[in-house]
Amino acid sequence: MMRFLVSRLASALVVILGVSVLVFFLIHLVPGDPVEVMLGEGSQPADREALRRALGLDLPVHVQLGHYLQGLLQGDLGVSLHSRRPIGEILLERIPATLELALAGLVVAVLIALPLGIIAALRKDTPWDGGAMAFAMLGVSIPNFWMGPLLILVFSLWLGWLPVSGREGPASLVLPALTLGTAMAAILSRMIRATLLEVLNEDYIRTARAKGLSWGQVVRRHALRNAMLPVITLLGLQLGALLAGAVITEIVFSWPGIGQLVIESIQRRDYPVVQACVLLISLAYVLVNTLTDLCYAWLDPRIRLGQ
Amino acid sequence: MLLAAAGAWLPFEPYRIDLARILDPPDATAWLGHDDLGRPIWDRLVVGARYSLWVAVLVVGISLAAGTFIGAVSAYAGGWLDHLLVRVIDIFLAFPGILLAIALAGLMGPGLDNVVIALSLVGWVGFARLARAQVLTLKQRDHVAAAVSLGAGPGRIVWRHLLPLMAAPLIVEATFAVAGIVIAEAGLSFLGLGIQPPEPSWGSMIREGSRYMLVTPHMVLAPGIALLLVVLAVNMLGDRLRDRLDVRQS
Repeated sequence: MMRFLVSRLASALVVILGVSVLVFFLIHLVPGDPVEVMLGEGSQPADREALRRALGLDLPVHVQLGHYLQGLLQGDLGVSLHSRRPIGEILLERIPATLELALAGLVVAVLIALPLGIIAALRKDTPWDGGAMAFAMLGVSIPNFWMGPLLILVFSLWLGWLPVSGREGPASLVLPALTLGTAMAAILSRMIRATLLEVLNEDYIRTARAKGLSWGQVVRRHALRNAMLPVITLLGLQLGALLAGAVITEIVFSWPGIGQLVIESIQRRDYPVVQACVLLISLAYVLVNTLTDLCYAWLDPRIRLGQ
Repeated sequence: MLLAAAGAWLPFEPYRIDLARILDPPDATAWLGHDDLGRPIWDRLVVGARYSLWVAVLVVGISLAAGTFIGAVSAYAGGWLDHLLVRVIDIFLAFPGILLAIALAGLMGPGLDNVVIALSLVGWVGFARLARAQVLTLKQRDHVAAAVSLGAGPGRIVWRHLLPLMAAPLIVEATFAVAGIVIAEAGLSFLGLGIQPPEPSWGSMIREGSRYMLVTPHMVLAPGIALLLVVLAVNMLGDRLRDRLDVRQS
């Protein structure tokens, strides 16, 4: 287990370093002179020089990279060009909103997917199965940025039950969480159905049946427990998609999280903030994936002993 | 899709502004109604479909070619090159795809070319991983050993002896990728980072439409349903292909 832990953490560190370097080079993708793009064409040469020096863009690239990585290690993400505040501070204000949305979306996804996947697997090749899978197919194919306006149209504008946008009280969380959760529920329910069907074909299920357990007990005690492992992994892997989906969902509902910050900063040409947001979400994703792997190994002895 | 292709020759008027008909609901002359500038929505949808599918085909083509090449080279060469490329693939996989595309498109500036570049930079990774896994298993097969002993070079072996065998999973993956890219392109346009007005794009039509939702829902409904139908059709095609070609999801 120790060796598995060390090797897994080492490769996570390499990925984190690579991600940081890649994010660093993002600013060099800005066409032409990034300083001129950020300040606008009519800017004074003196201002440009000052910004160039402040961002360290006058130094050779490898020195810039060194400073940047050193800053990251000390938790220094630089300063926003728009508000002149430290970027770390701005991120901290936005993280709770995105976290809240992502977790709520996750809960919605599991609440929809679990019953749907189980029904589809147990009633395979019946209209129940067909209906559940048609729903799943629809869920994968509806993009967040259309699902959101649709929900607003029905529940906020026509029925007037829920607020249109913003983050005020639990009612305002319902529609964004539904928007974010349904897409993931679709993928998740297909996965639950597939793994459950596989597990139900195993010998130990037949054994359990043969020793006189009721069908419900077999499903609950034996089948579901074994089917949950791959589902947990998928849940971890999907978190990245969930965080990315949150960017668009936040825009639709004016939800004041990281996603909204990314788009605002792109519009303000506040590129250091864009870089920091991408870095933050990617790091969160790597962290969750590593934790998922470790949990998986902890739950399933075959993996850690196989290493 | 046929309509989108035919749209090039038919007399559509996606840019004609008819101020008298602003936000008109559907009627006999324009069966999906008019938008906030009085432009016929049906015409804009058809022209938008052309951009959307063109971007999808281009991006998937580039990603498929680049990803397969990198994945195949990585697996076939092995050694330090494989180690290096696997690390690079891991690093790209660490970014949630659409987020990286948003950042890239945002930094490079909007426009059709940049959308294609941004989405391709994100898209190749999936194909590379798939191609690498395929080559790793396939190169153990006897017919490859036979070809090697007959003196075939690595390029010839990958091209003639491995690619035909891995075509099925790659085609299935590419089909789903088309659906993903159609959504991603519309997403970028929705955020204002994709195809720029006045060119019609389904994503920006949804964005404009959601502003007038209370007055006229048809403006947001029409492009959304079009998008849904295309993505649904492509996804179902992918499912069908997967069953037909008997590809197991890895």
